[in-house]
Amino acid sequence: MFGFISRRIAMALMVMFVVALISFLLFRFVGDPINQMVGIETTPEQREALRERLGLNDPFYTQFLRYIAGAIQFEFGNSYQFKQPVADLIGRRLPATLELSFASAIFALLLGVPMGVYTGLNRDSWLSKIFLSVSLIGISLPTFFIGILFIFLFSVTLQWLPSFGRGEVVQIGSFWDTGFLTISGLKALILPAITLGLYQMTLIMRLIRAEMLEVLRTDHIKFARARGLPNRSVYYIHALKNTMVPVITITGLQLGSIIAFAIITETVFQWPGMGILFLQAVQNVDIPIMAAYLLLTAFIFVVINLVVDILYVVIDPRLRSERGRA
Amino acid sequence: MRFKIASAALAMTLLVGTQASAETLKFAFQGTYNQQDPYSLNETFTLGMLGNVYEGLVRRTPDLKIEPALAESWEVIEPTRWRFHLRKGVKFHNGNDFTADDVVFSADRVRSEGSDATQFLNADVKVEKVDDYTVDFVLTGVNPILHSEWSHWFIMDKEWTEANNAVKVTSASDTNPNYASLHTNGTGPFKVTSHEPGVKTTFVPNENWWDQKTHNLTSVEFTPIGSDATRVAALLSGELDMVFPIPVQDIKRINANPGTSALTGPELRTIFLGFDQRRDELLHSDVKGKNPFKDARVRKAFYQAINMDAIKAKIMRGLSEPSALLISPYLFANSGDFSRHPYDPEASKKLLAEAGYADGFEVSMDCPNDRYVNDEAICQATASFLARVGIKVNLNAQPKAKYFAKVLASGGFDTSFYLLGWTPGSFDSHNVLKNLNNCRDDKGAGGPFNLGGYCNPKIDELTAKVLSENDEEKRNALISEAYTILHNEVSHIPLHQQGLAWGVSDKVTLVQRADNKFFFKYVNFK
Repeated sequence: MFGFISRRIAMALMVMFVVALISFLLFRFVGDPINQMVGIETTPEQREALRERLGLNDPFYTQFLRYIAGAIQFEFGNSYQFKQPVADLIGRRLPATLELSFASAIFALLLGVPMGVYTGLNRDSWLSKIFLSVSLIGISLPTFFIGILFIFLFSVTLQWLPSFGRGEVVQIGSFWDTGFLTISGLKALILPAITLGLYQMTLIMRLIRAEMLEVLRTDHIKFARARGLPNRSVYYIHALKNTMVPVITITGLQLGSIIAFAIITETVFQWPGMGILFLQAVQNVDIPIMAAYLLLTAFIFVVINLVVDILYVVIDPRLRSERGRA
Repeated sequence: MRFKIASAALAMTLLVGTQASAETLKFAFQGTYNQQDPYSLNETFTLGMLGNVYEGLVRRTPDLKIEPALAESWEVIEPTRWRFHLRKGVKFHNGNDFTADDVVFSADRVRSEGSDATQFLNADVKVEKVDDYTVDFVLTGVNPILHSEWSHWFIMDKEWTEANNAVKVTSASDTNPNYASLHTNGTGPFKVTSHEPGVKTTFVPNENWWDQKTHNLTSVEFTPIGSDATRVAALLSGELDMVFPIPVQDIKRINANPGTSALTGPELRTIFLGFDQRRDELLHSDVKGKNPFKDARVRKAFYQAINMDAIKAKIMRGLSEPSALLISPYLFANSGDFSRHPYDPEASKKLLAEAGYADGFEVSMDCPNDRYVNDEAICQATASFLARVGIKVNLNAQPKAKYFAKVLASGGFDTSFYLLGWTPGSFDSHNVLKNLNNCRDDKGAGGPFNLGGYCNPKIDELTAKVLSENDEEKRNALISEAYTILHNEVSHIPLHQQGLAWGVSDKVTLVQRADNKFFFKYVNFK
């Protein structure tokens, strides 16, 4: 196990190095940060001096090496726009994004799993047909469109839920602010969480449905039935357990993409998280934020992959014995 | 002239009298502001927000006339010596007295290294304290518009700034913001209670403000909302009392919705097209060996090929004013004397034929797509109008970060034909003549934003004269002379003044200023 994990960590570091390199290459094409930092009447000489001080005139590899040297010490530089350390900025926005991602993952799992089991068991019921057609909408409409649709229905027309922001937040310690503890915070969470989680919910539901259909046809389910076990225990213990390996893979990766790519949902709902910070950074050519965000994203994916790999071994005894022999 | 109407409405509210109740103004803007140091960034929204907290020696009325603020009065005692009498009894938010020392200090600081606002006060002006409430400004030459940018040259408290080690301005390249970037201490009608850039900023009224209170707010909450649809939705749902800007295509919806309406008016910014007239061969064109834009007939042919009425009706939904000048009519008294060259495609074709381009030619056009109201659509329309007279335009529309990197001095003025917008920071024609029309070298010295490098020594000469002419009538005559030359030679093609569009809840009255700055002091809940 130790060898396995250390191999994985070495690979993870490689992945992050490559991500940093590629993103740095791309930053050359996003525009000139100087124009976003000064007023329009700033003279060309002042602009040139600024460029020199920021080291933007240095060749690509010098800039890149300087960045990597900083990143190794967890030093990601200061944001061009905010003049504050990038690590602090991302740290301050992280709770908002994590809470949103967490809420939408919970939403996706709590609804997706039972719906998947139900549609797998009752293939022809009318409720299954409704679930499947609703899920088709969830998977085919783009996120920003669903978000705007929700805003116009629930905020503008019905006026039940707020259209933007996080509501009131409560500070817990110095690092975390939460919207879970206030009514307005919870209300503000509903629309963005559903918007963000709808696609994942659909995916999980369809996946479980397909797996259920397959597992139900296997011999050990037939034996379980023959043993006279009640339906509930056959379906939820014997069948569902066997659908879990692919579900965990997908859910894990999807959790990564929920956290990393909440950008669109955060923009539509003006959710003050990392995604919107990243988008503003792109618009303002704030290279330090963009670079750190992409590295963080790579890191999240790498960690989740690692956890998923370990979970396989825990869930599926067959993998354990194979590894033992190898 | 909607802002006049709005101010009339305001006057009415004042007559009726205002009741005290807990009224929180909640509003959103499409962007945000980061640094609170008033000299860090010379940008409209930042200075507009800080204008609620800080004040200058002078300020602008709703129709942009200069009026006394921290200076009670001033006089020009010699042509090169201006004396300002400061208002007594004014206190900063922390309780410190406002005195001449603060003015002298602010004058040094705004011109210090790192300031993005150095042009508010010329480097060679000497600022002398006469007594605690009198300050002299000694100039090296006559300058009738000395105080034109002072409504946003904010006076800072010397003691507070020094005590907090914030004398050095947080410049664009500084990596650590100073105390004044994170905290404020002005003399204005509102105080900042919290400021989290990109998330939320809150204000409360300054109960000790020296001037008559004209609002009935108890607090103000500002949220940046980047997405147009969300911003409009938050207004329609009643969560916000005011949002700006609103997309022109949503004006109808906002007006149709009970409880909200769109407040529109002219903005000071002029949108125009420019040509590369400096290179001997255009960088992006199929004409080789010569530069067609050096010929004024070609420039005029482009001018007359573009139908501004159609652009106004179809693209701007009526919310623009076609313009003959590179400056807003509100900022130049004689602007009524000028009218656009008429739209006339036939005349345009004839001019092109005379200049030797009867079959037209091909040229690339640079255009931002996220900077001005419907900028890309205007460029597309321009391209199709020009196609009708035989000019093939290859449109290169990009986000502003990429666009400005290409066309400004830092990109080597890499453009042949471009669209740009300009608001003179001083609200004065000298700024327009100097920045957009004076001869420049390859680095931009002379006329830094004259991207196409139009050059006529006569204009440079007039610009210098305009700067030093004290008599308003003579000065306006000189400006008119310069604009006449620019108009006849088609240095640029002025397109229009784009309109302002704010979405406002019917619960509040407020004043819309043509410089797109939002002042809470004019806001009243009904």
